[in-house]
Amino acid sequence: MSTDTIQSRRDWLLSERPASRMQARLGRAYVAWRRFSANRLAFVGLLIIIALLVIAALAGVLAPYSPTFGDLKNSRLLAPSAEHWFGTDDLGRDILSRILYGSRWTLYVVILVAIIAAPIGLLVGTVAGYAGGWTDAILMRITDIFLAFPKLVLALAFVAALGPGIENAVLAIAITSWPPYARIARAETLTVRNSDYIKAVQLMGASPFRIVLRHIMPLCISSLIVRVTLDMAGIILTAAGLGFLGLGAQPPLPEWGTMIASGRRFILDQWWVAGAPGFAILIVSLGFNLLGDGLRDALDPRSGDQ
Amino acid sequence: MSGTLLEVDDLRVDFPTRTGLVQAVRGVSFTLGRERLGIVGESGSGKSQTGRAIMGLTPPQARISARKLAFDGIDLLGISPRQRRALRGNRIAMILQDPKYSLDPVMSIGRQIVETLRTHEKVSKTEARERALAMLEAVQIRDPKRVFNLHPHEVSGGMGQRAMIAMMLIAGPEMMIADEPTSALDVTVQLDVLGILDKLVSDRGMGLIFISHDLRLVSSFCDRVIVMYAGKVVEQIKASELSQAQHPYTRGLLNCMPRIGFERHPLPVLDRKPEWAA
Amino acid sequence: MTAAIAIDGLEVIFDRFRALKGVSLEVRTGESFGLVGESGSGKSTLLRAIAGLAPVASGSITVNGKALGARRDKAFYREVQMVFQDPYGSLHPRQTVDRLLQEPLAIHGFADGEKRIERALDEVGLGNGFRFRYAHQLSGGQRQRVAIARALILEPSILLLDEPTSALDASVQAEVLNLLEEVRRRRKLTFLMVSHDLAIITHMCERLMVMQSGEAVENLTAAQLVAHRVTEDYTRNLLRASEGFVRTA
Repeated sequence: MSTDTIQSRRDWLLSERPASRMQARLGRAYVAWRRFSANRLAFVGLLIIIALLVIAALAGVLAPYSPTFGDLKNSRLLAPSAEHWFGTDDLGRDILSRILYGSRWTLYVVILVAIIAAPIGLLVGTVAGYAGGWTDAILMRITDIFLAFPKLVLALAFVAALGPGIENAVLAIAITSWPPYARIARAETLTVRNSDYIKAVQLMGASPFRIVLRHIMPLCISSLIVRVTLDMAGIILTAAGLGFLGLGAQPPLPEWGTMIASGRRFILDQWWVAGAPGFAILIVSLGFNLLGDGLRDALDPRSGDQ
Repeated sequence: MSGTLLEVDDLRVDFPTRTGLVQAVRGVSFTLGRERLGIVGESGSGKSQTGRAIMGLTPPQARISARKLAFDGIDLLGISPRQRRALRGNRIAMILQDPKYSLDPVMSIGRQIVETLRTHEKVSKTEARERALAMLEAVQIRDPKRVFNLHPHEVSGGMGQRAMIAMMLIAGPEMMIADEPTSALDVTVQLDVLGILDKLVSDRGMGLIFISHDLRLVSSFCDRVIVMYAGKVVEQIKASELSQAQHPYTRGLLNCMPRIGFERHPLPVLDRKPEWAA
Repeated sequence: MTAAIAIDGLEVIFDRFRALKGVSLEVRTGESFGLVGESGSGKSTLLRAIAGLAPVASGSITVNGKALGARRDKAFYREVQMVFQDPYGSLHPRQTVDRLLQEPLAIHGFADGEKRIERALDEVGLGNGFRFRYAHQLSGGQRQRVAIARALILEPSILLLDEPTSALDASVQAEVLNLLEEVRRRRKLTFLMVSHDLAIITHMCERLMVMQSGEAVENLTAAQLVAHRVTEDYTRNLLRASEGFVRTA
């Protein structure tokens, strides 16, 4: 691509006179992207997450061994070597392959929790903030009840009630994750609720439903995206915690938390069995944190709503 | 009596932004004696940034340069922060637009005035309080003892602005920069506050820079007027001779405002020429 | 001649604060009526009460012959629209001009949206290049034009104007005032305009009411005001204040 085309494409995106909705939207996204990528650490975070996605997608191709079938006779608890980069566990399974396949479960948990918890929080928060009065009070007290419990304890309670398994773990974590999103959404809603542009839409005869859905929710989305991204590290750790306690993913699923749990017994002599998945969790949590920080800086409406 | 208080020669203020350099002030020059100078301009003209540059209040990422920027011979660009703090409040004062935002909301008014005084002069607390009360009286606050103990949000806009003037004048500065001091006030209150400023500035023989967007107001209050457009000075004129202004922007600005008893339908609109910003 | 707006003994109370203390006025159809006062006079509150944005404690509001209750219906919004004071706050920060203008059309089910948007922008002097800009890409004057276009797109007969130019630079103000006058003349609108600036009110309005602390002080015509034929002292004070500062020192 010649520099001329790059320049003209850039000019088209940054044009002061967009000629279509698409151009305006793309231009705005481009400006946010520029701000984001100017932040080196945020970019690293993005790369980590992209790597996670790629690994999850290509685990079947990348993994040298099977994640579930191990060589019990010869390969138990082997130290990291050229054949097994991360060594093997107590059932002779290659840890690297387990970690690569485990990335899928990490993504599964994180995406499902985000998809369930964020919309609930957004809905509760915006409705509470816009309606005010009794609706607000009741919804916020419900939110407070959920917030009063430590996340892991509440998740434990739900899993204990629903039964162990990764699906129930996801549900339990989602149920405990939505309250902060509701708080954020409500705070944003209260800020904008009395602004003239909302009044103007009320003066057109828009129903409260329409106002909340089409005018207030879009304003809450950036803060929410940032918060959800930053929370993802915590979600992974909670899932790992549940797995560690035997209440999340059940063996033989190569979920990282469960791997740490079963590797706990060997931590002194064969540290790699627990160490490798622990390291994977560390890197991915770091990635989400860096990404979230970068998104916050790029999407912060106060730094000139670009 | 006379003698130049402030010399500004080719002042430039630039702001580096993500999309390039924004030149807020592009080569402004003027002098100020013990007189009243009005700086008039619309938003984006650079008038506020000029005032802030003189006070040293420009945001840190901006670049300021000038052939000369001197107050009573002291080079304002070259002095240390310590020396600048010694000047501020003591010899040069600045009043801003909205007392709601420029007075400390958690301190009582009296305490803020006393603090200003004690920063610059070694006086006892009792004496400082006495002088603060005297100053509140001088700005025509009727019950100074009561207002002394009030917080900024507990008083009206006009009173807050008068308190701000009291605070700024208590250390006896020689020059004052007023940036839209009455724009946030009701029209009748504006006149009261301006009257107070009028008297105080004359009594103390101070130099005053009055920054505003209101050309008529400035021309009735000041001795000389500078009109700014796009970071440059387009006209320097005596207030009394405003009707004979030369520059088309000044004339346009004078004409485009509705005036009681002088009906024009439609109002003459300013025809901006690109060469004014050149 | 029916009154476009008739208000009788209106009282508006916010949390025990009496913002309006029994105000009455009448705006004739096709007239431009001004409300003048300083801060706290209740002039903006009156406008918002008509729009249904302020709680009415007692008194009546009648628009185009119909008495208004606590709520407003969609038909009302087809007749009455409002232009707000702050151009920097009256446009949604995340919507393009196009989307902003589409919203009222979508709510009221207008079919020929494209044409109407184009015509609306044309009417306020904004070309097509502005259609897909966001609010932060517009100057104060441009934003106010968009606000006016949005108010007119539903083709109301009455326009409520809350200090439409006080946040704008003087030179831009003249343009917007001219636009408002032209729009009113072309569409034969009724204006109820609020301002603290007597010069703007006498320029734009035929009759006006002076307000102070939630009460009506005086009703007079612009001609009377200009000729200094005022009865109340407060009005006289306002008039004198608007004539500018007189140096004593």
